[in-house]
Amino acid sequence: MQPLIRIKGIVAPMDRANVDTDAIIPKQFLKSIKRTGFGPNLFDEWRYLDHGEPGQDCARRPKNPDFVLNEPRYQDASILLARRNFGCGSSREHAPWALKDYGFRVLIAPSFAEIFYNNCAKNGMLPVVLDEESVEQLFREVAASAGYMLEVDLPSQSVITPSAQRFGFEIDAFRKQALLDGLDEIGLTLQYADEIRAYEERRRRDAPWLYQSPDA
Amino acid sequence: MAAATLYDKLWDIHVVRDNADGTSLLYIDRHLLHEVTSPQAFEGMRLAGRKPWRTAANLAVADHNVPTLNRAQGIADPVSRLQVETLDRNCAQYKIVEFRLADARQGIVHVIGPEQGATQPGMTVVCGDSHTSTHGALGALAFGIGTSEVEHVLITQTLIQSRSKRMLVRVNGQVEAGVSAKDIALALIGRIGTAGATGYAIEFGGAAVRALSMEARMTLCNMSIEAGARCGLVAVDETTIDYMRGRPFAPRGALWDRAVAYWRTLASDPDAVFDRVLELDGADIVPQITWGTSPEMVAAGDAGVPDPATEPDRTRRAGMERALAYMGLEPGLPMTSIRPDKVFIGSCTNSRIEDLRAAAAVVQGQRVADNIKLALVVPGSGLVKRQAESEGLDRIFQAAGFEWREPGCSMCLAMNADRLQPGERCAATSNRNFEGRQGQGGRTHLLSPAMAAAAAIRGHFVDVRKL
Repeated sequence: MQPLIRIKGIVAPMDRANVDTDAIIPKQFLKSIKRTGFGPNLFDEWRYLDHGEPGQDCARRPKNPDFVLNEPRYQDASILLARRNFGCGSSREHAPWALKDYGFRVLIAPSFAEIFYNNCAKNGMLPVVLDEESVEQLFREVAASAGYMLEVDLPSQSVITPSAQRFGFEIDAFRKQALLDGLDEIGLTLQYADEIRAYEERRRRDAPWLYQSPDA
Repeated sequence: MAAATLYDKLWDIHVVRDNADGTSLLYIDRHLLHEVTSPQAFEGMRLAGRKPWRTAANLAVADHNVPTLNRAQGIADPVSRLQVETLDRNCAQYKIVEFRLADARQGIVHVIGPEQGATQPGMTVVCGDSHTSTHGALGALAFGIGTSEVEHVLITQTLIQSRSKRMLVRVNGQVEAGVSAKDIALALIGRIGTAGATGYAIEFGGAAVRALSMEARMTLCNMSIEAGARCGLVAVDETTIDYMRGRPFAPRGALWDRAVAYWRTLASDPDAVFDRVLELDGADIVPQITWGTSPEMVAAGDAGVPDPATEPDRTRRAGMERALAYMGLEPGLPMTSIRPDKVFIGSCTNSRIEDLRAAAAVVQGQRVADNIKLALVVPGSGLVKRQAESEGLDRIFQAAGFEWREPGCSMCLAMNADRLQPGERCAATSNRNFEGRQGQGGRTHLLSPAMAAAAAIRGHFVDVRKL
């Protein structure tokens, strides 16, 4: 996984609450058996005027001029500013894959749905939770100046505005380290293989039915 | 020992190790797999030269993409077919048990797990699907995960997790006839919102929950993710144990007795402390219908569409206005005047035999109204379908003008051919009314199976208690 330490980038605002993972990446694109290539279909139903299907050349599709990511000032955004409960609904990891493939590395919102939050962190994307008031202020600042950028510094857990105002954020120690190191979590867990085996032996004794196969 | 909640009991017994950073390595007893969220996990495993930790802990089935018509002809959509074939190939390569399309046991992953006894009280159950919370009805710690975690579970049989806070939702008294578990769930979500339980594990208790059948408890726990909860739980009681008895994967003989003795301990201690307690009075809950594009946008079936002008919160008001525009509805419009174009009875929320019986009881001897273009019944599994047919439910539905289909997720998320056209309005027993969920531009109203059946017959929404 690609490490994430400090990101400075253009901020795109997504001014609606409860943005669900069906909206982030509609179901027809979930048929892919790959992890990559979802970026052109990020927010497909909002972003294009026609109906999207896998395999289209998205560069030739009619874009919705009213959709925020289609505005010239937000091209090349790497930070998405959102409202509460972002990423609710389906557990599809295709949603963070699409956001990352599009170019986002940091998401800022007052709250995220839990599975989505977790899926982001597993893909080297940082979800930042700030209080409603701070998010509201950032929405105002983004609207006020084209090319608005934020700096997000993971080691110090802070979001820094162009006027050097800092907003601190919380992140649990494990996720922070995993993001900073670009950690292979599976490799890390396999270091404890002996403990997993010891656990299984204990359970096999105490609850043997859990290890019985239906044919036994 | 200090008094513990059911959630903490289940958590503690599955801890392989506590890490210094506050996370725990949690052992996973049952891993359910389906075709949409697993291919990248298998590929990642192969590319890293790794292999499954414990093959027998996995159980796989294709459900999201599968056709509900003409199954003998295979899957027409080549992209869907590749995904299902990829699951077949992966399971064959790693010797994972899979119920293939031609198998009577095939069905929606959250229907077949309990049906087979493959998900059991006291287990940790995960699946790359948010509605894995369903299995908590059995007194199992069950939650949805992403594909990276699917790979993690495949290879290590564990997950790195942080403990959730605990919420008790106590539904006191009893609900009236005609009020179902779906209505309890929607009423709860209407009250606390779709993020109301974010960070929490919900345990459902109280007399009204104790009185629910096992399948009704599954409906309730299934919807707990729509309140934002990590998982839903119901304590083990005689209903749970009766349900488990004789199921193919359930323990037998002396092991059954040992298992039951353990399962009986799976309840919160009387003086256990919850981080939040919410009380609902069963008698206050009436049949619910959603009017918007989030499950929290829900109203009593005999109420009117709410008015955004009365909402003080700016973001929420904007959300309501956008939802009403998308849904093509006006504030104040009586819910009973709304006329659906299609009716969908199915999904991991409401496709079990009791759901089909409740719908059939309303439909019996009636005809689907003329304005309904399509009324669909999609049983949750091949075995549910077979059981329904042995009871004659298929004939009741078909005589009324419903279509009787093969099992799968179908129109809940429209990954197969069953979907809404832009602007079409659907009465659906599924779990999400998001924009485009049932097809781009489609308008979804969530409700119970009996309410959906009543809407099909009358051609508009109606409180099933007043039929």
